[in-house]
Amino acid sequence: MASETVTKFIFIAAGIVICAPVFLVVTGSVMGQGDLYECLEPVFMHGTGFVSWKLIPQYPTVENYFHLLFYSPEFFVLFWNSVKLVSLILLGQMVVGVPAAWAFATYQVRGKNVIFTVYVVLMLLPFQVTMLSSYLTLDRLSLLNTHWAVILPAVFSTFPIFVIYGGFRSIPKALIEAARIDGAGELYIFFMLGIGIGKGGILSALVLGFLEYWNMIEQPFAFLEDKTLWPLSLYLPEISWMQAGFAFAASVVMLIPAVFVFIMGQDYLEQGIVYSGLKG
Amino acid sequence: MKRLKEFGYFMGFISMSLAGVLIFVLIPFADVVRRSFMTVMSGEFAGLNNYKTVISNQAFRLAVKNTLHFVGVAIPLLVVIGLAAALVLSKIHDISVIKSLYLFPMAMPIATVVIVWRMFFYKQDFNSLVISYLWKNTGYTIVLWLAGIAAIPNELIEAARVDGANRFQCLIFVKLPCLKGSVYTIVILSFLNSMKIYREAYLVGGSYPGKDIYLLQHIFNNWYVNLEFDKMAAASVLVAGVLFVFILLFQYYSQNI
Repeated sequence: MASETVTKFIFIAAGIVICAPVFLVVTGSVMGQGDLYECLEPVFMHGTGFVSWKLIPQYPTVENYFHLLFYSPEFFVLFWNSVKLVSLILLGQMVVGVPAAWAFATYQVRGKNVIFTVYVVLMLLPFQVTMLSSYLTLDRLSLLNTHWAVILPAVFSTFPIFVIYGGFRSIPKALIEAARIDGAGELYIFFMLGIGIGKGGILSALVLGFLEYWNMIEQPFAFLEDKTLWPLSLYLPEISWMQAGFAFAASVVMLIPAVFVFIMGQDYLEQGIVYSGLKG
Repeated sequence: MKRLKEFGYFMGFISMSLAGVLIFVLIPFADVVRRSFMTVMSGEFAGLNNYKTVISNQAFRLAVKNTLHFVGVAIPLLVVIGLAAALVLSKIHDISVIKSLYLFPMAMPIATVVIVWRMFFYKQDFNSLVISYLWKNTGYTIVLWLAGIAAIPNELIEAARVDGANRFQCLIFVKLPCLKGSVYTIVILSFLNSMKIYREAYLVGGSYPGKDIYLLQHIFNNWYVNLEFDKMAAASVLVAGVLFVFILLFQYYSQNI
């Protein structure tokens, strides 16, 4: 169908525009000081006008990456902070969230709906609304200004539970009943049946979680005073405009793991979005 | 007996999560409620004074107004644009590339977004905030709508066609009513994501951005930095209360349509 091709073309063209920032950042990262200055000058010096951009830099250079890799030891510290924070948060979310989602999906008990609704509300509360209560707890536990201050509250986030729950809901009740009749224990059913069949939901929660926490801003800003503890996501926007090339190169390095997860987990990302549709 | 056992299993599986939620959110939040009725310095009972201070605070009013304005403009736009795109895409085969392109902004690190933002939206106004939100979330919304559309039974549409309904009638009388169930989910998730726009607003505009984009999150952050915990406590209780009531009502209505 001709009209279908045209529609498709329009959507793809719009999609490429949507993804354009990536091209800008990648080309910016291989531009030298002079090139960048020329391009960005109108906006940053005068605050008016538009940037001009060259899709292919005139004099491509790797000096920004060189600077990043060999002269910026702090960059590695922050990069590993990000990796550590994200991995521990995701690990914790799975340890806590997978059994919780299983509880919601498998057992019919009184009061379940109440807990469910409370969890929905907790999920929707903006970080700032619970910031004070988190601060008070973290202060009492003397965890402020340690990585745990960022990790622990995130571990008990209720959002991943709904995504994982979506995966568990697709397991037929009859299958679980049959396993019970065969004499399987509840833990056995959870590990073999639940995690086996519901792993789509778990992977979806991991992908969504990665993309979320890789970009964490508010939590480390509120609870980490020591800048050497910061994740990369909080540090990058602080790089000044005099170092634009460096900022671009750092952004590309930050982008690589995210793109990797996005491509590898694309199906799970989509599924996760659908699962997060919290049907009670 | 069986019920008791089931309850035991339920609690066993959910215990870690419940304990964490109680320790990190619910119990401290109860403490915040208590603090909202006290003065921050001496810890004396202050009645509703904190609430009065917050409600009459000009900055707080501005922040509430801006946040409502943003939510009121951006969410309907996102929901409608997403629906329109999904309705078109649902008729096209093989759209995985298109979906990837539209979802990709979710993977884009915030720092990258901010660099580009500063390059093009040097004005930092309300519209750039809305555009940024749409840019990031349209893919998410399209995927949700597509799932809703895929769940409409084909027989229903065919039956309408056989009865002589044209495309437009099919859309208005068959498809849209079937999609009512998705609205709840999509609005809730769009709201969840709308709160994250603060990141962009903060990274581009700092703690005191333009008057149009001074959001609730900004004022909470500024109170936090200045240790104005009494105001923060009262405002937290207010916002949480309003959200809670709103969600219950929304849940109630969407179940009873």
